[in-house]
Amino acid sequence: MTDHKLEIDEVSGVETTGHTWDGIQELNNPLPRWWLYIFYASIVWAIVYMVFMPAIPALPGTGMTNTLGIRGHSDRALVAEDITQLNAQRAEGSAKLLTASLSEIETDMNLQQFALAMGESAFGDNCATCHGAGGRGAKGYPMLADDVWLWDGTLGGIETTLRHGIRHYEDPDTRNNAMPAFGRDGLLTSKEIDNLVQFVLVKSGREGDAAAAGRAAPIFAQQCTSCHGADAKGNRTLGAPNLTDQDWLFGGEPRDIQQTIYNARNAHMPAWQGRLDDATIKALAVYVHSLGGGEK
Amino acid sequence: MSFMKRHETLERHSLLLTVGILVVVAIGGLVEIAPLFYLENTIEKVQGMRPYTPLELKGRNIYIREGCYTCHSQMVRPLRDEVERYGHYSLAAESMYDHPFQWGSKRTGPDLARVGNKYSDEWHLDHLIDPRSVVPDSIMPPYAFLVEKKLKFDGIEDDLKALRLAGVPYTDDMIANAKADLVVQASPNTDYDAEDALVARYEAIAERKGTLKISDYDRNPAEITEMDALIAYLQMTGTLVDFSTYEANDLNNRR
Repeated sequence: MTDHKLEIDEVSGVETTGHTWDGIQELNNPLPRWWLYIFYASIVWAIVYMVFMPAIPALPGTGMTNTLGIRGHSDRALVAEDITQLNAQRAEGSAKLLTASLSEIETDMNLQQFALAMGESAFGDNCATCHGAGGRGAKGYPMLADDVWLWDGTLGGIETTLRHGIRHYEDPDTRNNAMPAFGRDGLLTSKEIDNLVQFVLVKSGREGDAAAAGRAAPIFAQQCTSCHGADAKGNRTLGAPNLTDQDWLFGGEPRDIQQTIYNARNAHMPAWQGRLDDATIKALAVYVHSLGGGEK
Repeated sequence: MSFMKRHETLERHSLLLTVGILVVVAIGGLVEIAPLFYLENTIEKVQGMRPYTPLELKGRNIYIREGCYTCHSQMVRPLRDEVERYGHYSLAAESMYDHPFQWGSKRTGPDLARVGNKYSDEWHLDHLIDPRSVVPDSIMPPYAFLVEKKLKFDGIEDDLKALRLAGVPYTDDMIANAKADLVVQASPNTDYDAEDALVARYEAIAERKGTLKISDYDRNPAEITEMDALIAYLQMTGTLVDFSTYEANDLNNRR
């Protein structure tokens, strides 16, 4: 094997491998040097990298999850540092915001700007998904950019809603009420519900069958007033909506109202305490409060 | 240059070449295979992880069937902006019962690793039926048909058994009660004993309360649909681990 003689191709002057096919000889050109050196350099680089950076995972017996490398680099440590830095930048404003009252926030321009900027960015990611950009709301998701509030439109009230959510049963302090499904659960007949729909239409100042509404009046008095009030103007401490205005969370068409009475709606809002930090929640409250025109 | 010419010796001796190839391939194999045997070392010690309930597992299978992963990743990376937006970065422990995992690097839609409990069931329902009804600029296709498709779960015990073979700690109890567990998780207030049993079974492994949600996810108490399963799955993603007890600064949890 070792006794093969070097054959040199006459035309190119390059050594051949000694293989010949149909009279065609295979030349033994070496690899391009630049390629070869980069190849060797990358092997050296891999070894250097292994020494400096975390490299070998799950090494048993070391008590570590991976070799740390002499640089001690860790993505998770870096992100922790970044977050700490970010929080430090916000710390002053956040601390001030947490204890500030509404009037303090409204008079301190810097603080107000800080809260609104922080609130707006958190709103865009976490709240706009349901409540829409700028809090314009959608059917089933309350509009926040008006002065109609189901529960509480004060700064503190909005903060409570944010913290504990609405019908977020995992949170014992959540805002909670439950309108019965009058039709589905057989509390009222379909006829009675149809009459109630006319009653609500008339109450909200629209055209309705006055006779049917009259027939529904005693049912309303018996079934609905405990939450919606005798004047049907709702009750905020119970989260019962005002039925005499033109704002309808689940639609104000007769069919929508019929559905609401028949099946009940009882929508949910998640509690944000735990997911968002206190300062972000307060900032969100300030932002939402400003959207809604600011109830004292 | 003589060193550079040494490869000729290797190339011209078949036995030497064979041994050389074996050595090189063995190194490659070792590097790839050996760490798998010590995988436990890379999984953080956390509180709260439990296997998927049968309903969540069905939802996960629908998630995979519908190709949700082609647009949504489930991995919050350890970067400041991601942590700010989605919450705590994902841990290895959080996908230890995933076969297959749903990590990924391509995001056409947002990451879903921590979407659980972020929005209400109603929102998920509205959004899956018609994404643009709640997110006007969304390009997600609608999945309204899921509301109409009755969930088929005849083989759910086999799904659990197969996963147990892959190392997911499903108990005999869980497998025996899989069908009942599936039904009760989507039918609240129908059978309180079965609800309690379901919660007890899975929270015993989680060693933590409140990891299990029972709800009529599709707001249709008459039927258990594929929508129920998918929303049940989405509503639990990323909610299991108790981060208040997780030692992020422990050297063992550094990567």
